[in-house]
Amino acid sequence: MIDADNVVQQIKQGQLFDFPGGVHPPQQKSLSNTTPINTIDEPERLYIPIKQHIGTQGSICVSIGQDVAKGEPLTTSANPFAVPVHASTSGKVIDITQHPSAHPSGLPETTIIIEPDGLAQWQLMPVMSDYLSADKVSILERICQAGISGLGGAGFPTHIKTNPQKSVECLIINGIECEPYISSDDRIMREHAWQIKQGIDILRHVIQPKQVIIAVEDNKPEAMDAIKTACIEDAGITIASVPTKYPAGGERQLIQVLTGEEVPQEGLPIDVGCLMYNVGTCYAIADAVLHGKALVQRVVTLTGQALGSPQNVWALLGTPIHHLLDIAGYDPKRQRSQKVIMGGPMMGFTVHNDVVPVVKITNCLLVPDKRELPDVEDERPCIRCGLCADACPAGLLPQQLFWHSKAKEYDKAQAYHLDACIECGACAYVCPSEIPLVHYYRKAKTDIKYQAAEKEKSEKARERFETRQARLLADKQAREEKHRLAAEARKKAMENKGGSDAKDKIAAALARAKAKRAAAAQANKDAEE
Amino acid sequence: MTLFTALIILGVLALIFGAILGYSAIKFKVEADPLVEQIDAILPQTQCGQCGYPGCKPYAEAIANGDEINKCPPGGEATIKQLADLMGVEPKPLDGDHGVEEVKKVAYIREAECIGCTKCIQACPVDAIIGASKQMHTVIVDECTGCDLCVAPCPVDCIDMLPVKETPQTWQWDLARSADGQLGDIPIKQVNS
Repeated sequence: MIDADNVVQQIKQGQLFDFPGGVHPPQQKSLSNTTPINTIDEPERLYIPIKQHIGTQGSICVSIGQDVAKGEPLTTSANPFAVPVHASTSGKVIDITQHPSAHPSGLPETTIIIEPDGLAQWQLMPVMSDYLSADKVSILERICQAGISGLGGAGFPTHIKTNPQKSVECLIINGIECEPYISSDDRIMREHAWQIKQGIDILRHVIQPKQVIIAVEDNKPEAMDAIKTACIEDAGITIASVPTKYPAGGERQLIQVLTGEEVPQEGLPIDVGCLMYNVGTCYAIADAVLHGKALVQRVVTLTGQALGSPQNVWALLGTPIHHLLDIAGYDPKRQRSQKVIMGGPMMGFTVHNDVVPVVKITNCLLVPDKRELPDVEDERPCIRCGLCADACPAGLLPQQLFWHSKAKEYDKAQAYHLDACIECGACAYVCPSEIPLVHYYRKAKTDIKYQAAEKEKSEKARERFETRQARLLADKQAREEKHRLAAEARKKAMENKGGSDAKDKIAAALARAKAKRAAAAQANKDAEE
Repeated sequence: MTLFTALIILGVLALIFGAILGYSAIKFKVEADPLVEQIDAILPQTQCGQCGYPGCKPYAEAIANGDEINKCPPGGEATIKQLADLMGVEPKPLDGDHGVEEVKKVAYIREAECIGCTKCIQACPVDAIIGASKQMHTVIVDECTGCDLCVAPCPVDCIDMLPVKETPQTWQWDLARSADGQLGDIPIKQVNS
């Protein structure tokens, strides 16, 4: 547990800590961060996947052909881990179908397709301008209803994070944005620092932390100035300028830089008394509480040398990426093969086609040109140089993880804390043998998850099989018991009525049967004659 | 004299230890063979009977008694490897007589054609089919192990075995390279060098 007052004291004296490893990739933020966030036309169709966060999806509450307003919820659920999605603009629901997802697999998932009517008619929730007198639960409820999940990248439901069971020492606002190309947080801080401040005030009212720290990387002086101006009259907020190093924006890394305290591997930031929010999330919270607006848009950085005009845009959730590429002047000739990366160069993934929609966690579309995207050299054998271990911000041994992941010795990989890998890509960045290390880790992680799920399923099947066997056995025994009792009862009855009587009956029956057969035989004979 | 003392002391000690061992043998008696439990935990619990035994537990017992470890097609290579580790024997390729490793499947009843005979319900080893006599039956997809046992008894052939659909949640990263020779999905190293 950290002592917030101490931490703030240290930050004010200019003392910061450091995390192990890290890399310094060349900064490319100036490609996109020089122009204001562009407000763009609505696309012809919006593709809204019904699950855009970590957790469970809600059930769809609109039908095909229905007219929806901007900000109208499309899904509902009573499950606390379900965050609703909303219509990003007013229009008509034209289909509910399977559509390629904004996921490395590109596999289709349930998506609501909306045709905008061009009016952008809002359906607002009641404004809670007097949130200071509102109770905590109603604010959390609003955050959930507005569909807010962490906009920094992980997409964890914000209302769950905001309701910790322990007391919070430090509320940390993450304005680091360490990926070398992305500038969406940079621009939102420059242009909307006031609203971010409002969001922080709301969070502060709900969480009641001892201290609030806003952390901005020192390569964003303009954003830093804007935030400073917005918070100038607030003595309770401390602004920390963090040295530029990738991945300083990782939750655990940033806590380590600010407090010197390491979050336990199995634990959460709250275990050391910290809660962290992205600046974009703060903006969205203010929108939801003070303006009654659901989360229907976010800032997306469009960047890369293959774009004519790299920029930041306010993209409606569900906007297919080809619409954004058109706006940014995508020139396919500048690429050897068409390739768009969602997320930054370090942690992003290649999208499968250009109809994939923007979702809540999409912060960047990177379209590199030939020079930026050279041919990948083949992976060469590991030379045991150890650069990866020096670069790992989580203090792991990437080589060991690599051997064991490649050999599918997952228990050994887990013994080296594969789970603690944040997939930041620093190890692959420094590897002189061009080994795509993170690729192996991701593969191993999904395999382990899959195996665990299979194991659980087989356990369940075993239980059901055994229960069934026990039931069948019990049934059989019950049946045998019943037959035995019935037989006994018959025997008894026979004995009671006297043996001769019963024997006579049998004899009589036999005689009857014989007579019947004889009669039949006779009849046959007659017929033949 | 010394000899007798030694004999007596050792004799008494032997009696004490004997008593302790005898007591613990009763007190800590293991009901089932723990090896069978361990083997059973590795088997995939489809209860399909392709190994020739009526379920996974009986096959586990058979392996413990010396049967081959390569008779389980649903488990495939991975299961054989684990069993080999556990039993201390060399892994063998899957025995083709008992079937081949296939993609995961679940049963699907074409409900319009079901006549409600309950035959599949009786065949299902994990009670994953619900229905009643002369009522339509259906499969609980989450409980179905894909064992195939319900297909043969159906008099109207209305049960299909469908491959389990891959979703973004169950998808696994593939290390294969994409068609253009670029490293599949990870842009690190590609950009910014």
